[in-house]
Amino acid sequence: MDNLQLLISGLANGCVYGLIALGFVLIYKATEAVNFAQGDFMMLGAFITIGLTNTEYMGLPFWLALPISLGLMAVLGYLLDRFLIRKMFGESQTSVVILTIALGFVIRFAAGLIWGHEPQTLQNPLAGKEIALGGLVLGMEDVAVIVVTVLLTWALYVFFSKTKMGLAMQGASQNQLAAYYMGVPVKQVQGLVWALGGVVACVAGILFAAKGSVDPSTGLIGIKAFAAAVIGGFGSLPGALAGGLIVGVIEPFASRYIAAGYSQIAPYALLLAVLIFRPHGLFSQVRSKKV
Amino acid sequence: MRIVFKTNYMQDIRPWKDGYQLSLYMLLLVVAIAAPWMLDDFYLGELTNVLIWAIAGLGLMVLTGHTGQASLGHAAFLAIGCYANIILIEAGVPFMIAFPVAGLITGIIGATIAVPALRLHGIYLAIFTLAMSILMDDIIVLAEPITGGVAGKYAPSVGVFGFMVDRWGTPNEFYWLTLGVVVLVTLGYINILRAPLGRSFIAVRDSEVSAQAMGVDISRTKTISFGLSCMVTGWAGALMGLYAGAFNNETFSVVISIQLLMMIVIGGLGSIHGAFFGAIIIGFLPQFLSISKEYVGAVFGGSTVAIPGLEFGIFGMILIAFILFEPMGIYGRWLKVRTWFELFPFYRKDMFKRQKSYLKTERLR
Repeated sequence: MDNLQLLISGLANGCVYGLIALGFVLIYKATEAVNFAQGDFMMLGAFITIGLTNTEYMGLPFWLALPISLGLMAVLGYLLDRFLIRKMFGESQTSVVILTIALGFVIRFAAGLIWGHEPQTLQNPLAGKEIALGGLVLGMEDVAVIVVTVLLTWALYVFFSKTKMGLAMQGASQNQLAAYYMGVPVKQVQGLVWALGGVVACVAGILFAAKGSVDPSTGLIGIKAFAAAVIGGFGSLPGALAGGLIVGVIEPFASRYIAAGYSQIAPYALLLAVLIFRPHGLFSQVRSKKV
Repeated sequence: MRIVFKTNYMQDIRPWKDGYQLSLYMLLLVVAIAAPWMLDDFYLGELTNVLIWAIAGLGLMVLTGHTGQASLGHAAFLAIGCYANIILIEAGVPFMIAFPVAGLITGIIGATIAVPALRLHGIYLAIFTLAMSILMDDIIVLAEPITGGVAGKYAPSVGVFGFMVDRWGTPNEFYWLTLGVVVLVTLGYINILRAPLGRSFIAVRDSEVSAQAMGVDISRTKTISFGLSCMVTGWAGALMGLYAGAFNNETFSVVISIQLLMMIVIGGLGSIHGAFFGAIIIGFLPQFLSISKEYVGAVFGGSTVAIPGLEFGIFGMILIAFILFEPMGIYGRWLKVRTWFELFPFYRKDMFKRQKSYLKTERLR
């Protein structure tokens, strides 16, 4: 029973990692840019929601604040693409990585300036509620996190594989020029992908802030989520989620069964092992390049 | 504009363009050697710090700027160099032997790590090295018997040719020691760049497929590049340890890795000058910020409150501005300014403009 409890809380954590990883993969899949600031996006989304909902700030009702903050993050994502990332058209991946790392610094700084550096929790309708399931006590937040993540992943998967816009995004990612010739509005598509990335980050942030607390340096868990994305395989949405879950589940079990000091190494050691033995992730979609 | 009239094939590969350029650098060297008599101890210490960062920058520049392999984990090699140096000294090895050996150890470890990393490209390599840098923190704590763990270690004074070198006791000697290392590393760097090895680095950076077609052994080149890069970084780490005096697992955190990469991007990727320009920015930005904060406080009254994270915020903004408007970094801007003056009034706006390019997928590799 103990292990089951560990598993559930690990899954809930893993879902947050998975959602951030999903954001990475989403943007990577569609624009082939790697957004290292995704963790900071999540932190920002959480803080915007806190700023709208919590009584010491604006005190709006949660269900009203939710769409507003999602919308704000979407607009932010779109604007970032419009004014920063689009200028990087055709540059190497590495310079985009450096740009987004710098962006993360700036977001962290701005969030610290506005909301302070104290950890804060989102006041939400699910706080403190529990479900008893045959001797197993589950936090309502944990259940909500898992449910929301599953739904969101499913929706995104359908979006990418079935809808016209999703296919356009995939096409634009594989070859911008060819996609442009085929009538895909590449610029618009990329802007929308960044907006979507902002929304996913915001959802992750809200879940994270409801479960625990956020402070401006929370965005650094983006690195762990990045590890998750790589473990799952960049370029595969279900893979990203699976990677997140793997990292999330490994953590509590490692800290329970492995000596202290060694346990926090586990996710990164796994990452290195995956990179060495299966460089493109466990669920990769990479084929060999034809010159 | 000076036109160099070449009469000899050696002129194509010699390290300096002409006597004028050589004399400028000699003048710079003389000024650098004389710096301790012109600056007070505080600024001399800052200058030493800049030089140490410049060595680390040169180390990363070999790998990222010239071989095109982005590393987000060079703080790990700073740490290895630093610990190797101090542990050797504590074991009774004289500094003059311990210091080069520390670099060699770091280089060998770096080349070993390069073997699995060879299969990784671009972003995967970046995340591989990033994970390594994070792991190094934990490894130092776990290896407490040798590294001192969280309590850390203290750097002793060291002797160089009978001179006592200590960061606080004899800042002048410490500065000259650092300067000496900088000059040697830079000369070595210049020499490698004009040798076949350096040319193959650049070939690998620009196109692996073409490099391979021209007979460059990609894995060997990358491994050597990793090794050299880590060796130089290890020396920088050793000096950094001596400079800091005390250090533990958190001294060489992953933030230092990121800062190092950003530093050479601001300075200008793919140029030796870039490492120095970047180091100047990194070294003097905190001082500049605190001075300007005092100034602002004096003018508008009051606000001398410390703003946490200000340094990184400003740093991020500078970096974004550079990547957007001057991807070649400070050195690239300097080249443009110089060309403007040399060609006056014939400089055209698009002389340095790169060709239009579109995104080619790296997914099908």
